[in-house]
Amino acid sequence: MEDINFEELKTNGIKINYYYVCKRKLWLFDRKISMELSDRMILGQIVHQESYKRDKPKEVLIDNLISIDIVDNLNIREVKLSDKMALADKMQILYYLYYLKKLGINKKGIINYPRLRKREFLELTEKDEKEIEKTLIEINKILKSEKPPPVINSPICKKCSYFEFCYA
Amino acid sequence: MARRFYINSNGRIRRKENTLYFEREIDGEIEKKALPINDIDSIYIFGEININTKALNFLAQNDIPLHIFNYYGYYSGSFLPRKKNVSGSLIVEQVKHHIDNQKRQYLAISFIEGAVYHILRNLRKNGINKDDYQDIEKELFPKIFKTKTPEELMAIEGNIRDKYYQLFNKIIENENFYIEKRDKRPPSNPINALISFGNTLMYNTVLTEIYRTQLEPTISYLHSPQEKRFSLSLDLAEIFKPFIVDPIIFSLINNQVISLNDFDTDLNYAYLNEEGRKKFLKAYEEKLAKTIKHRKLKRKVSYKQLIRLECYKLIKHFIEDEDYKPFKAWW
Repeated sequence: MEDINFEELKTNGIKINYYYVCKRKLWLFDRKISMELSDRMILGQIVHQESYKRDKPKEVLIDNLISIDIVDNLNIREVKLSDKMALADKMQILYYLYYLKKLGINKKGIINYPRLRKREFLELTEKDEKEIEKTLIEINKILKSEKPPPVINSPICKKCSYFEFCYA
Repeated sequence: MARRFYINSNGRIRRKENTLYFEREIDGEIEKKALPINDIDSIYIFGEININTKALNFLAQNDIPLHIFNYYGYYSGSFLPRKKNVSGSLIVEQVKHHIDNQKRQYLAISFIEGAVYHILRNLRKNGINKDDYQDIEKELFPKIFKTKTPEELMAIEGNIRDKYYQLFNKIIENENFYIEKRDKRPPSNPINALISFGNTLMYNTVLTEIYRTQLEPTISYLHSPQEKRFSLSLDLAEIFKPFIVDPIIFSLINNQVISLNDFDTDLNYAYLNEEGRKKFLKAYEEKLAKTIKHRKLKRKVSYKQLIRLECYKLIKHFIEDEDYKPFKAWW
């Protein structure tokens, strides 16, 4: 595969995440059609704010696109509520690692699930890089489409904040 | 579930740290009541209230609209906190559906279709003889689908509504509330006062729901955008007025909850007094909280939530996801 035009395709981490969760959610989110905060989302925010207070992570916002908690010289870290969306969360971190690599910074990643007392360690491989590049191209295609992708009719829909929107 | 707070008495809304209080004076003593901020959907003010910017800022932070009514229960205006979720691309689509006559007419007809469906439902449910509303069902209703302009549509709708209001007298079992003709601004008799008050509440409830979505409330289809500040609310309220407000009016009158004592009247006008307003608001709240199992969602939704779903369906129509079909109570 030839080199992708990263400057044109780069996007924020949440969109990478949504791509793996639901392409329709990705499209709606991009058009700023968002839903009210659900109790679950508020809980997620609180867990994010309240976890690992001792570590004083230094939050870095890069290009107004991605916001990363840099924990130490080696690792970046994300805090997640549950591992239900493990693939999406993993790809989001790998994307951050990819993004940093493009800026000449090499790091490893950790996903923390404080409520599950679990951690996952991530390293960016060449295969991951190819996958991310493919995803960036796909995301671009989806967002250019006039209409939203169809409803996915998956069991995860029931817990999604867009459930009533999609199925009404 | 967050609910609407109705303030009928005089007093002050005060913010103290992260709590909102309603204070009023009773026999020289200040009575203080905490309003749980997370449980407030919106606030409706009918009394004389003092409020300062500190409290308004707190309402804004929590996305709570404040609707103000004058002494007679007429709507004066709203404090709508700055919208947080705006979608430029959705507004563009909403405008496209307004300036294209065919697209605009499709939506205008849909709103009236929903309204007439519920009008007929009320007549059927209240045991009105089929012959009495045959002209609405068989002659006028089919005509709305052939109209080419909102004005033409409104004319037929006006016809339907005249006939419908005449049939009110067959539903209402108390001749004090018979309707001679529908008039507003000001309502001339108690039944008109009830209809006006109910419709005003509906308008504000719909507005609050629209406000919680990315829909732009000033761009409308059936009503002209010049008609009122938030005319999309008028459009959607058409569907819900006969579904929610009219049955409340029938039940308040026929169950003798409300009587002429609940009105203040003068030679030329009538309006609900505080007691009457409280009775209406109580019935209105109960109605909005009623639930029904939704056929597609397969979960319970409140009548209020049905209004929100209608907003979602409109958004889906605008983004070319799914054609809008008006809500029709299926039970």
